[in-house]
Amino acid sequence: MNIPKDLKYTKDHEWIRKEEDLIYVGITEYAQNSMGDVVFIELPEVGDTVVKGDAFGVVESVKAVSDIYAPLSGTVKKINEKILDYPEKVNKDPYGSWMMAIESSDLSQWDILLDAEAYEKLCEEED
Amino acid sequence: MNRKLIFEKSIKGRKGYALPECDVPAQAIEDIIPKEYIRIEEPELPEVGEVDTVRHFTLLSGLNYGVDNGLYPLGSCTMKYNPKINEDVSRLDGFTGVHPDLPDSAVQGCLELLYKMDLFLSEITGMERISLQPAAGAHGELAGLMMMKAFHQYHGEGHRNKIIVPDSAHGTNPASAAMVGYEVIEVKTDSRGNVDLSELKKMMSGGIAGIMLTNPSTLGLFEENICEITDIIHKAGGLVYYDGANLNAIMGITRPGDMGFDIVHLNLHKTFSTPHGGGGPGSGPVGVKKDLVPFLPVPLIQYKDGQYIRDYDRPLSIGRVRSYFGNFSVIVKAYAYILTMGAEGLRHASETAVLNANYLMHKLKKNYELPYDRTCMHEFVLSGRHQKDIGITVLDIAKRMMDYGIHPPTVYFPLKVKEAMMFEPTETESLETIDEAAEILMRIAAEAEENPELLKEAPHRTPVARLDEVRAVREPVLKWHAKNKEK
Repeated sequence: MNIPKDLKYTKDHEWIRKEEDLIYVGITEYAQNSMGDVVFIELPEVGDTVVKGDAFGVVESVKAVSDIYAPLSGTVKKINEKILDYPEKVNKDPYGSWMMAIESSDLSQWDILLDAEAYEKLCEEED
Repeated sequence: MNRKLIFEKSIKGRKGYALPECDVPAQAIEDIIPKEYIRIEEPELPEVGEVDTVRHFTLLSGLNYGVDNGLYPLGSCTMKYNPKINEDVSRLDGFTGVHPDLPDSAVQGCLELLYKMDLFLSEITGMERISLQPAAGAHGELAGLMMMKAFHQYHGEGHRNKIIVPDSAHGTNPASAAMVGYEVIEVKTDSRGNVDLSELKKMMSGGIAGIMLTNPSTLGLFEENICEITDIIHKAGGLVYYDGANLNAIMGITRPGDMGFDIVHLNLHKTFSTPHGGGGPGSGPVGVKKDLVPFLPVPLIQYKDGQYIRDYDRPLSIGRVRSYFGNFSVIVKAYAYILTMGAEGLRHASETAVLNANYLMHKLKKNYELPYDRTCMHEFVLSGRHQKDIGITVLDIAKRMMDYGIHPPTVYFPLKVKEAMMFEPTETESLETIDEAAEILMRIAAEAEENPELLKEAPHRTPVARLDEVRAVREPVLKWHAKNKEK
């Protein structure tokens, strides 16, 4: 299972990457693998506020519809339009398919996020 | 598979009928229908001879797979055999020849049937009255939740806006609740497959409108703390909703009403042997306890002074939810089923459904993981996790079953079990059929280890193999156009 060391993770199988002032969020290899082929993605709009732990979007696969949760609170600065048109990219390249980029109002929560090692352990437990 | 659509078989001017000359004076269409409604171009109907039409549809019907072809163990769907006597009865002239706008006095037989069906289903579920209007299960849920909302509003408790739904629930439960404007809260299932009581207690607050449960649950397990759950909800001022999808496990043995449920919907197309899926339509009667009767949809059929009447004078009713009488001929078929079976027969059906499921579960648990190792009810859930470890998914197993001529179980549901396969053999399958299915599934488990490619490329014996499900969702072609032909 591919779990890049330089990313942070949530127990709900989102990955998080900090780049300059923005925090990019996507779903992990484990998440896309258990969901199967993704057919539809719903994302918030630029300018929306998201709250840590609340659903910010929806990923629909041939098997199920799942919410995706905000790892931190903040304001949506960018969304990845490309994956709305080509949701299959999430299956092919989950760590390259960021969904939204937020500016977080509360970076104190950053350290609570899981590192690669803790996330790998969580995946093993779930299996 | 390259089969032509009937439109593609069309030859201009060819026809399969000969009409006699018109024996009434012809009238210009413009004299009867306003101009804006008259189409300018003729519709592109296929022009095909009778023999080619018959062959076309006979061929299509042969591609179909239904419960008349073989085992259909689709969990939570209760694909039991549909006795043909139901069809005979529903086609009696007295039922097919009436118009729904006829006055009550002219359709006493139909109204009597509806009234008695209400009595039968109320007795089976432990409810006070039942509305036969909803057209399917999810429609029954919606009507039931609308009554729940109307009840709370009437009692000055309109602020209650939260519905609790277990993580093993049918997807329609949270969807129906959201449609009524309720907020959905999920309660977890514990390691025995029951609702987690300590978590449930923590959720109780003034805002709880109710809970939606199915019992047995979608894990095929009887909710062991059901009376405690209904008690917790009632004490918090909420109502308890029963999703009747799994009623086939308990008919004549226990009743939702006795467990403390306030509102119940049934699926006549599951439990009461009327056609399901493409053979539908469905029917989703919704019943309630006494306190909720004023909120039932109109019309309610009443028996007054020796006459059956349609009662519209119900000021607190949530109103009409369906035209006329609901899916009337479906109700007739289910009525025929209940009369054919009798009270003893219905109980026997449930007992046999539970026996069949347990028998199949015990045969298969050596080859597939059984996440909840308990006596099951009418269905059970296996996990294909061991097979996943060697690269075989539940989808591969399901596809391979089709090669052996049986319908796959429900897969990837309930969501809380990984690689879930949900089997519901129903009571109408013989010991021989179930033994054969068990043997096939054991053989597939062996094939997964010895010859995995066989599964990954399955099915090999069906008219089409793996369809592009992603493209079907993203680029559905919903109608045929002449221009498609040229592509």
